[in-house]
Amino acid sequence: MIEIENITKRYGESTVVDDVSLTIAPRTVTVVVGTSGSGKTTLLRMVNRLVEPTSGAIRLDGEDNRALPGYELRRRIGYAIQGHGLFPHRTVAENIATVPTLLGWARARIEAKVEELLSLFQLDPASFGPRFPHELSGGQQQRVGVARALAAEPKVLLMDEPFGALDPIIRAKAQDDLLAIQKHFQTTIILVTHDMEEAFHLADRIAVMDKGKVVQYATPAEMLLKPATPFVESLIGAGERPYRLLAIAPVSSAVEPGAAEGAPISSAASQREALAELLWSGRDALPVAGPDGAVIGKVSLEGLAKRAAGPA
Amino acid sequence: MPKLATLIRIAVFLALVAFLLQPHWFEPLLRPLVQDNAPVIYNQGSLLQLTLLHLRTVALAVAAAALVALALAILVTRASGAEFLPLSRSLVNIGQTFPPVAVLALAVPIFGFGEKPTLIALFLYGLLPIFENALTGLTTLPPSVMEAARGAGMTSGQRLLKVELPLAMPVILAGIRLSVVISLATATIGSTVAAKTLGEVIIAGLQSNNLAFVVQGGLIVAILAVLLHDALQAAERRLAARMGR
Amino acid sequence: MRELRLDKLGAIIAALALGGAFIAPFATFRANRIVAGEVKSVLDALPAGWSAVLLGIVVCAVAVAAVRSPAVLRLVAAFVALATLALGIGVAATHLTPEGNTYARVSPASGFWIMLFAFGLLAADALTRLRPAPFVRVVVLVAVLGFIGILLLSGSWDGLSILKEYASRVDTFWAEARKHVTLALGSLVAATTVGIPLGVLCHRVTRLRDGLLGVLNAIQTIPSIALFGILIAPLGWIAVHVPGAAAVGIRGIGVAPAFVALFLYSLLPVVANTVVGLAGVPRDANDAARGIGMTDWQRLVGIEFPLAFPVILTGIRIVLVQNIGLATIAALIGGGGFGVFVFQGVGQTAMDLVLLGAVPTVVLAFAAAIVLDAVIEMASPNTRQAEAA
Repeated sequence: MIEIENITKRYGESTVVDDVSLTIAPRTVTVVVGTSGSGKTTLLRMVNRLVEPTSGAIRLDGEDNRALPGYELRRRIGYAIQGHGLFPHRTVAENIATVPTLLGWARARIEAKVEELLSLFQLDPASFGPRFPHELSGGQQQRVGVARALAAEPKVLLMDEPFGALDPIIRAKAQDDLLAIQKHFQTTIILVTHDMEEAFHLADRIAVMDKGKVVQYATPAEMLLKPATPFVESLIGAGERPYRLLAIAPVSSAVEPGAAEGAPISSAASQREALAELLWSGRDALPVAGPDGAVIGKVSLEGLAKRAAGPA
Repeated sequence: MPKLATLIRIAVFLALVAFLLQPHWFEPLLRPLVQDNAPVIYNQGSLLQLTLLHLRTVALAVAAAALVALALAILVTRASGAEFLPLSRSLVNIGQTFPPVAVLALAVPIFGFGEKPTLIALFLYGLLPIFENALTGLTTLPPSVMEAARGAGMTSGQRLLKVELPLAMPVILAGIRLSVVISLATATIGSTVAAKTLGEVIIAGLQSNNLAFVVQGGLIVAILAVLLHDALQAAERRLAARMGR
Repeated sequence: MRELRLDKLGAIIAALALGGAFIAPFATFRANRIVAGEVKSVLDALPAGWSAVLLGIVVCAVAVAAVRSPAVLRLVAAFVALATLALGIGVAATHLTPEGNTYARVSPASGFWIMLFAFGLLAADALTRLRPAPFVRVVVLVAVLGFIGILLLSGSWDGLSILKEYASRVDTFWAEARKHVTLALGSLVAATTVGIPLGVLCHRVTRLRDGLLGVLNAIQTIPSIALFGILIAPLGWIAVHVPGAAAVGIRGIGVAPAFVALFLYSLLPVVANTVVGLAGVPRDANDAARGIGMTDWQRLVGIEFPLAFPVILTGIRIVLVQNIGLATIAALIGGGGFGVFVFQGVGQTAMDLVLLGAVPTVVLAFAAAIVLDAVIEMASPNTRQAEAA
């Protein structure tokens, strides 16, 4: 659990983060969104004390984050940034081993961890371990950056625009990988981005920041249905609302009894994908296949239309 | 703040001019540096004249060096001279390892004592930074601009005069500035081979154990170097700013 | 024969070398150290067999240079020609000096120097085209120095005027050489020890940076003779007034002011390059290093310093080459070094004595530049990474 309590950061006259309070449940993904200059990165950097707050407190599992020297705190918290920040003079394996080495792990344990992480991120340890960062593609560098952040098995991972430098196709893949990794390690993630699509895709809860304040902190569905301010509404984009609503829910929660013609859609797909398939194939309904492949019902245009409707 | 810096420079310049015209005004300042009865102000020639001769030597050497270096740099960056480009880079590197004293000393047997060997040494030594910077300037022009110049139908001569040289000018000026500063200091060594420069004052001080001579000779050169350095740098900045860099 | 196209640079080299061989004199003969000399062409200066060999090799090398030939062949031609010149001038000295005459002086004349320059140019061009790896460059340097060493030890140059000057000063030569190297290297070590921490400090404390760099910049503009001279006073005062200072060698004149002056000149390149190197460390890498919990010290040692190292090394290279040259000035204030011979030679109008001081200085500076350039290239991340790939 991460408790951010009345945290404020001022630089001279300007207040960058203004009295922000958030409670972040363990093992969830919280995405902080906002325009540039909204204070979202500063908020993130106060969690691991790369920036010291002017006032307020942050507690990790009940313990004040100022109980330890900053560098020791940071060794317990993963940190991944845009453009990955890999050390250009160290190999991929050395980069990933940085924090375990700082913590004084035994060599065998470090090697095993590096190998495990590289395999988990689909990079062959024997071939990628000894390479230097500049010999990797952008997507590979980004994966190594996240692997390095996770090397010391932190309970909390902070990410600042981690996918900002990737092209759209690689970015989508990296986001899916991140969700899988988060489930695997049960990590609590706070991620900063300005990309609403990314926020809705990844978040259990979204915090929208504007001019240093959190203007809304809610689940994606709540935020879509009840945007707290006109700013949140414009951030979401009026034209995107119904599609985002469908995108954050799986087909399984829209299954209706009955049968339909044609190839079935997986119940794990998003409702938005089902809608796209319906519109593209010109049908009214699609059969839905459960996790085992057996057809468990149908999803209909009419049903989806109701789910995509905003509050009356 | 920049205003204050300018004022300081003007004050330093005026102090220098005053010292050259009326050196005895400054006698009390330098008096503690000498033993009793020893002359405080250089008395074997006019400081003003030596300063002007010093500046003339540097100006002649750097002007000649700039002309030759620029011509060579233009030559090796044309298509017809491209073969010479890699070698000329290595030669610049090799040349810069030659100590100025060695160049000067080796010029003496060929050109005799006096101003000539000093001029030759300063010229040769001054070539290198200018040539190096001119090469950098002429070979790192933005390709899009060069494409546009060709696309607009400029001949190679027009491109050189209207695009390449103006764009490379700040970097070339930086080379000239470096050359001026090095030459100002190196010219003092010329007095060991009887050239008329401010080195004469310093060497006279060394020989007669007169620290005041050493200090006044050294300070005049140092102040000249700092002022010229700053003036040329200001010119570069102005040029560069005009091009939005 | 369409492949035999003319090489532009080679044509210039060929013209120079042929002019040097056939028009300009090869050696100068003087009856004693002071009198004016008479110049001798290749044919006069060398025994018949030797002139034929030398001219033959020059013509062959010129032929290789003038047409477009492979770089390796050009390099071999250049080195063969240079070696022949080196041997030939020794033979000329023995040939021209009358038996038993210890006053007569033989020295290289303009033709020799022109050919040396022409073939040196050919070698430099070939090496530039071949782009040898840093290690290979050092090997070539060692081989060339070894060849010169063998010539010196074998006595085949003993008839040359410059070596006669050397023979009459064997002891002082090596003492001055030691002083020269100690001055240049010692001040470099001192400047590195002080300059790198200062550079780190400047990098971390922005307010300090402009001030300190400004002061160091100003020091650089003081002409070397003046700075050497100015330091005489304070050091002389320290020697007299600080107990024990004189005992450790601090004196108003001599090595101490030279050492301090070289040290002061060396600080700027070391400090400035340390600052530039540290500033060039990618922001991302620095931010990540802090973010994953490195202390300031760990970040400096583990990340910033290794990444800035090639730039800092470049500063050290500048300092070493500059110091080797500037150390010659130390002779003017009694600091010793090769400058002693240069200034004595200038004073006596004895060109050979000037050469005795200038040639070792140039060779030292040149060798230092080649070795350090090689080290820098090996230390630069790009090559290191390319090798690891």
